[in-house]
Amino acid sequence: MSLLETTDLVKRYPVRHRLTRRRIGEVSAVDGVDLAVDRGETLGLVGESGCGKSTVGRLLTRLDTPTSGTVRFDGRDIGPLREDELRPVRRDLQIVFQDPFSSLNPRHTVRQLLSAPFRYQGLEPTEPVEDLLKRVGLKPEHASRYPHEFSGGQAQRIGIARALALRPRLVLCDEPVSALDVSVQAQILNLLRDLQDELGLSYVFIAHDLGAVRQVSTRVAVMYLGVVVESADRDALFGRAAHPYTHALLSAVPVPNPDVERGRERIVLRGDPPSPLNPPSGCRFRTRCPKAADVCAVERPVLREIAPGHRVACHFPEERTP
Amino acid sequence: MSLLSVRGLTVDFPSGVRAVDGLDLDVEAGRVLGVVGESGSGKSVTSLAVLGLLRNARVSGEIRFAGQDLLSLGPKAMRALRGDRMAMVFQDPLSCLNPYYPVAFQIAEAYRAHRRASRKAAHALAVSMLERVGIPEARRRARSYPHEFSGGMRQRVMIAMALCLEPDLLVADEPTTALDVTVQAQVLDLLRDLRERSGTAIMLITHDMGVVAGLADDVVVMHGGKRVEAGPVREVFHSPVTAYTRGLLDCVPRVDGPLPHRLPTVEVP
Amino acid sequence: MILYTARRLVGAAGILLVICALTFAVFYLMPADPAQGACGKACSPERIAQIRATLGLDQPLPTQFAAYLGGIVAGRTYGSLECGFPCLGFSFQTNQPVWDALTSRLPTSVSIAAGAALLWLLVGCTAGVVAALRRGTVWDRAAMIAALGGVSLPIYLTALLSQYVLVVQLGWLPYPREVALTDDPVGWFQSMLMPWCTLAMLYAGVYARITRSEVLENLGRDYVRTARAKGLPEVTVLRRHALRPALMPVVTIFGMDLGALLGGALITESVYGLPGVGKLAADAINSADQPVILGVTLFAAAFVVLANVAVDLVYALLDPRVRTV
Repeated sequence: MSLLETTDLVKRYPVRHRLTRRRIGEVSAVDGVDLAVDRGETLGLVGESGCGKSTVGRLLTRLDTPTSGTVRFDGRDIGPLREDELRPVRRDLQIVFQDPFSSLNPRHTVRQLLSAPFRYQGLEPTEPVEDLLKRVGLKPEHASRYPHEFSGGQAQRIGIARALALRPRLVLCDEPVSALDVSVQAQILNLLRDLQDELGLSYVFIAHDLGAVRQVSTRVAVMYLGVVVESADRDALFGRAAHPYTHALLSAVPVPNPDVERGRERIVLRGDPPSPLNPPSGCRFRTRCPKAADVCAVERPVLREIAPGHRVACHFPEERTP
Repeated sequence: MSLLSVRGLTVDFPSGVRAVDGLDLDVEAGRVLGVVGESGSGKSVTSLAVLGLLRNARVSGEIRFAGQDLLSLGPKAMRALRGDRMAMVFQDPLSCLNPYYPVAFQIAEAYRAHRRASRKAAHALAVSMLERVGIPEARRRARSYPHEFSGGMRQRVMIAMALCLEPDLLVADEPTTALDVTVQAQVLDLLRDLRERSGTAIMLITHDMGVVAGLADDVVVMHGGKRVEAGPVREVFHSPVTAYTRGLLDCVPRVDGPLPHRLPTVEVP
Repeated sequence: MILYTARRLVGAAGILLVICALTFAVFYLMPADPAQGACGKACSPERIAQIRATLGLDQPLPTQFAAYLGGIVAGRTYGSLECGFPCLGFSFQTNQPVWDALTSRLPTSVSIAAGAALLWLLVGCTAGVVAALRRGTVWDRAAMIAALGGVSLPIYLTALLSQYVLVVQLGWLPYPREVALTDDPVGWFQSMLMPWCTLAMLYAGVYARITRSEVLENLGRDYVRTARAKGLPEVTVLRRHALRPALMPVVTIFGMDLGALLGGALITESVYGLPGVGKLAADAINSADQPVILGVTLFAAAFVVLANVAVDLVYALLDPRVRTV
């Protein structure tokens, strides 16, 4: 059994008229998503802005309530739980946010920030703040400082330390490195990797940066307009992508090598992703897909297994090149 | 002689911060110079200094553009160059377009700042520019406001605005950073295409080594306001001289190639 | 857009209904007996009972309220006394219909409000823009100190002081009195000048501060930098890209302030003795003339509510982002 598992997860938001506030429609931000995270593994959730990956993150951690579908953590459906029933679950399920500064109260010292989770849970601290700081690569004397005294990378380390304070089993990382410089990104990605080796953590790693996702993930799910279009083990996804969208994404990422970058064949998608207010019929990717055919407008492709652990939602998946 | 030649550029802010410290760089006519660095490297300040858009800062050294010394030019002469011979595209197209005016108006406005043209003629030119940068239904979309466009389309509008007077130099400050990767690919394609067709030289400011690899002919690596390394892009990428450049190239997690268990980290010079 | 306007107007009517009910409730919960007020000092119990019946005070409160509302939309009668549409009752003091009292005094209030508004917009916004563009200079500091002064001086003080100095001591201006613009334009202007300046002083201070901060905020925007990068002349950059967006919030508060003032500038009108709606309200309160108090309250509330609707509509016209869904 997986540590975290979702079944047919759906989240719709009402859309209101700017002036009249009348309900004029619905956005299906997440439309039937099945995911699973096993113990000690990292699930990378990747996609462009508006694809629903962050909404999935909010549903997984119950910052938001699903419209339908289930989120099972350790076998228990946490979707319908009340706030007081969620409290013990939150001990095992922590979050690292994108912007470390806006998620750290500027008027609290690092010591206060790192002991807050215990206060909230009504627990005695199990690990001195100093040890927690050392674990994330900071110095014990940083405990008495305030967030603004730190660089972005250091602040993100504090964010990670706070998430780890309660010894969670799963940490959701929502774009944890996208606000950071590349050299700092590498350090944070290494830190996440080290902590996983050391503490046996599971991660859900949400990002738009495919390189970062490849670096930390064991499994990867690609989202487009509220649905998962492909999911596979990391090497299968990056080596033998089957969905045309995954292909386009991979070919769009600039590679820091002039010869590779200029020589390779690039699939440039036309246009922008359609509005989730009014998604295309059938396959949601068909309006930008180079392989779209008549059937794509009529029939919505379901995720089906094309190889062990490799699932893709496409009528015309790429041939596998072994 | 280079189109743009910067020598010993130093920028001091009133707060006492020296953002750029004795920088040398050259942009050759019709070529693309990538200026890479992390935040705080002074790359954006450099671009603003070239266009004379820094306010409240002390700029010294030498900036020569087409033989003219820009730092000795008066505000009026500088204004005449800006938008006409050299233009700029910024990172965030939403905040850089005025929400109160239709996009064609904002393009026409740039044209009319430098050339005599009727409103109608300038509007027609704006529409043709929008077509040229790949905006579908340009005639109809011309009267739309910036918020009615997607991020990628807004950046196309910015590029249309910058190129409407066929400048010799386009300064692009992180032009694709705010965009999704598939849209970034579109905009990079557009820049590549425009440069081949118009021969406009580009000074491309970015933190992304991949973007430089795909578009630039030459590259300058900056750190702490100083030039760390410079040269043709193949040379710098294949055999970087400094550990800092090597680190910047290696620390980026890649979608291809071997996968290290831990990423190499950067040695700061 | 038309649908939206209609919906807003219906909403405004709803708010007015609530205000009406609240005022009505206060009116009848007050210890003073309306019948006693209507009758005067020496009044026999029979007479009071008679007035009670005529005014409908013997009816249950909801019935009275319904009758009052009915009077507003269709007119009503008090015994044999005809009260035409829109009927807000009769003044206890003058027996004049309240509606007539209000409308006859409206021109004075409108004169005061419009002139003052023009003045404060001109002075306040100009000072704000100058202060923002010359930030940190003597001009900026002088404008902001003056603005602070304008905001903090109470209106009864400036009004009395100006009257004492300009009229009594120097004799430069006549005592303000009611003059119709059409009869004697010069006299009208002379009478209005002091009320205008006094009121405008208060508001100009507020407007100068708002304008300054809005302009400063806009000068730092990315699209202003883009405008400069295009090589636009600095004057165009400021006018088109920094000032126009900065004046949007000013439009909002201006609409509300003006709406509130049209319902009467109570203190200003009272001090200068000008017979506007504000003076009417002040007099009615002094003499516990309940139908008039009720009428003025509704009247003023209607202006504020309508001004709010107007501001939102103007905003939708000015800001393309609000216009599109």
